[in-house]
Amino acid sequence: MKGQLSKDVLKLDEAAEVERIGARLREACGQVLRKRGLVVAISSGIDSSACVGVAVRALGASKVFGLILPERDSSPDSAKKAERLAQHLGIRYAIEDIAPTLEAIGCYRWRDQAIKRALPAYGPGWGMKIVISGGLEGRINHFRLIAKSPNDEMHDVRLGLEDYLQIVAATNYKQRIRKTIEYFHADRLNYAVVGTPNRLEYDQGFFVKNGDGAADVKPIAHLYKTQVYALARHLGLPAEICNTTPTTDTYSLPQGQDEFYFALPYQQMDYAVWALNHGVTAAELGSFLGIGEERAKNVYADIEAKRRTTSYMHAQPLLVEAVTELPKIDPVARK
Amino acid sequence: MSAAPESKIREFILSNYLFTNDASALKNEDSFLKRGIIDSTGILEVIQFLDDEFGVKVADEEMSPENLDSVNNLVAFIKRKQA
Repeated sequence: MKGQLSKDVLKLDEAAEVERIGARLREACGQVLRKRGLVVAISSGIDSSACVGVAVRALGASKVFGLILPERDSSPDSAKKAERLAQHLGIRYAIEDIAPTLEAIGCYRWRDQAIKRALPAYGPGWGMKIVISGGLEGRINHFRLIAKSPNDEMHDVRLGLEDYLQIVAATNYKQRIRKTIEYFHADRLNYAVVGTPNRLEYDQGFFVKNGDGAADVKPIAHLYKTQVYALARHLGLPAEICNTTPTTDTYSLPQGQDEFYFALPYQQMDYAVWALNHGVTAAELGSFLGIGEERAKNVYADIEAKRRTTSYMHAQPLLVEAVTELPKIDPVARK
Repeated sequence: MSAAPESKIREFILSNYLFTNDASALKNEDSFLKRGIIDSTGILEVIQFLDDEFGVKVADEEMSPENLDSVNNLVAFIKRKQA
């Protein structure tokens, strides 16, 4: 059904939504997963913060365990903010620096080897990030390495296939090691693991399969990022979290999510995804966002391309034939 | 249009992405992206293939569906680059 695009389409009844999510979390733990509480890894970003906030509202602080899992490239502020959030909510938490684990498993070595192939001058003291390019101009998305030397010279190199894949594969260790630790604590406590994607991330496949994409329950996967911010403010989370611009906090140079993955900043992406979902034309979206029809068409094409190319990340392992004897769990609450 | 690039490209796409030697599985005008045959990472493989097989380097501004997103487009692109 076609919807009317306006500033109001992302408005949320925050109190009702907190109650609805809370009911689902209680049902998920008590009746579906048979777990006694929830583990949430807190990055101090808005999504994990909102998730831990709703978890505490749903189950009480005593049944929520927080994990703060920084590594070498994390912003030092992130762990401090995450710890202040855990204290603000009154939950138990642990801080574990995963850098030694990543070092031991070869994460930084594999990554830096690929970076040096693409940019031979790269070495100790440099910063780097990957940015996406092409899609908004109607070209094919590809990735570029942005690196800063110790004397502040910037370098911009298009990544070839092998180097791009190796950098991403190495970096994905970070999300997968974090999830391994989350499940250790979940197993230890008989808790379930919370996944923290918002709707944009879930829809567009902005997660690492079996990394941050792995979870027992994903309480905000249906909410646009704008709505997650509103929920966080409603929950009374600290201003330093509610006012934070989203970053990936994955590479040594600061990296906005829209630089790495999304076609537009989240405020605009929310409207673009909503508009596509509700049959709004590219001309209307382009006018609403002030980006013009042609660019809006490219945004729609980019959203649909990401849905296609990341659909495997949502899939269960493929089987040759169904094993029908197993009980089915409906992933969506029907109440 | 030379037949050699076309047949090499078709064989590359059929064997690497569709895991078949059935020529009817791919029409020369089929969009790799729209048909879900190749994603944007796959396009990077195609770019490497163009370099390895034909010595054709793809510039940033040439990374468009018009150049890369079908057998026909690839053949025409190679022809232009080699002209």
